[in-house]
Amino acid sequence: MPWVAAIGMLIVWELVCRLFNIREFILPAPSVIAKSLVEFRGPILEHSWWTLVTTLFGFGLAIVGGVLLGVALGFSTLVYTGLYPLLVGFNAIPKVALVPILVLWFGIGAVPVVVTSFIISFFPIVVNVATGIATMEPELADVLRSLGASKLDVLRKAGLPRAMPYLFASLKIAITLAFVGSVLAETIGGNAGLGFLMVTASARFDVALVFAGLIAVAVMAVGLFAICVLIERRMVRWAFRGELLM
Amino acid sequence: MPFRGLVAAGALKMNELSTPSSAIGPIPPAFVELRDVSLSYGEDADSILALESLSLTVGKGQFIAVVGPSGCGKSTLMKVVTGLVLPSRGTVRVAGEAVTGPVKNVGMAFQNATLLPWRTIRENVLLPFEIIRPHRHRLRAERPYYIELVQQLLSTVGLAGFSEKYSWQLSGGMQQRANLCRAIVHQPSLLMLDEPFASLDAFTREELWFVMQDLWLEHKFTAILVTHDLREAVLLADRVIVFSPRPGHIIYELDVALPRPRTLETTYSPLFTDLVHDLREKIRPGQPN
Repeated sequence: MPWVAAIGMLIVWELVCRLFNIREFILPAPSVIAKSLVEFRGPILEHSWWTLVTTLFGFGLAIVGGVLLGVALGFSTLVYTGLYPLLVGFNAIPKVALVPILVLWFGIGAVPVVVTSFIISFFPIVVNVATGIATMEPELADVLRSLGASKLDVLRKAGLPRAMPYLFASLKIAITLAFVGSVLAETIGGNAGLGFLMVTASARFDVALVFAGLIAVAVMAVGLFAICVLIERRMVRWAFRGELLM
Repeated sequence: MPFRGLVAAGALKMNELSTPSSAIGPIPPAFVELRDVSLSYGEDADSILALESLSLTVGKGQFIAVVGPSGCGKSTLMKVVTGLVLPSRGTVRVAGEAVTGPVKNVGMAFQNATLLPWRTIRENVLLPFEIIRPHRHRLRAERPYYIELVQQLLSTVGLAGFSEKYSWQLSGGMQQRANLCRAIVHQPSLLMLDEPFASLDAFTREELWFVMQDLWLEHKFTAILVTHDLREAVLLADRVIVFSPRPGHIIYELDVALPRPRTLETTYSPLFTDLVHDLREKIRPGQPN
């Protein structure tokens, strides 16, 4: 069914472009985009690879930082009350506004891209991990503590495993956001990557290549999303109570 | 028997006392002692007095039940006895020692089974051994021994064939059996039960009463059961304590002189009915909620 919908959409798109004679630099038809994809496959692959590497770098940092901070927030009420408003405030800042500052600090290149990808995908991970740990049933904590468990024991035996489904749920959101962040930063402060490619192409009114770039981003994002789902299924099977979702 | 082995290992010694099989008999030495305990939650003006000048002694190996209207501080009592909450006033002593923090080596079971869904039933029941010293250091080396221990206990409550299942694959009654196993597998000297049978259907509940009684008769831990069910209280306990509406204090105590083991027949005997009736009379003046 999803294939039928996708192919149907492409056909409608193609027909609309041909019937209304829409000019190529406004909205290229799928056939034109496909031609462009083939023609520029070398540069597209090269820039895709670059975007993939920077995105995964930022995403990896977000996982490490997000889990650490999420555990700290979920573990300690003091950290939570102190840092949570600050985090919400940071998250409210439009990340586009940050890229010029990052470029100012780190110069044009990979660093602002990795950092943008990191800060945009960091927040959902923190919030979810913290929620997973903090929503532990109080009775369960009582059972463990009355066995003589330390706070660390409670975290290890109950808090962390309990937070895993929350973590994986957040990774699915975070990986897509990481791509948004890296492509965004590449369009402003990159010297390589799909964002950079698309900006350069649109400057030459090569809109077909811009769309080819968009498709490359979508393919990578969907691929990594699927990998996250696979890992989730393997790691936290129990959370689905035997029913496989997605 | 592995359970005896555990006691011999010096982990716990609680079988040395001959607890009377009914309430008529020598009075056992105190195991849990509350003296003039009060507890209020919250700050000055908004504070809620949950317990007021409560004094209570539970003998070693005794099974007592606490009943009372809802919101009377029964659950608070559980927390105070186990040291999870420290009283605002008064002293709590468990096993002769003043309670200043969470009492170690207590078994607890709540209305909600709180099993860990990522673990099988066996791994769930093994959990106490991963926490309590010295077991946590021995567990890795002597895992087969501990697994055998868990397996035996599971079979006494009819869960032998379910040890590899996950908790969410079992019915509520089975989960509660596993929960009881987790609460007593480490031979706690004190077992705290906070309405563990409340969410079960009537037949499963009655069945689990006798499971509980059997476990208690075999291991003779000191047990405190909080419940709303007067039949349950009379059936299981040596002594039933009636709490007043909040702030909770004791308004009545009832010794249950029914012989053990008690059976389903016991619950239809005139003496049993009289005791339940007697308790109900005492609770009647409680709040309508």
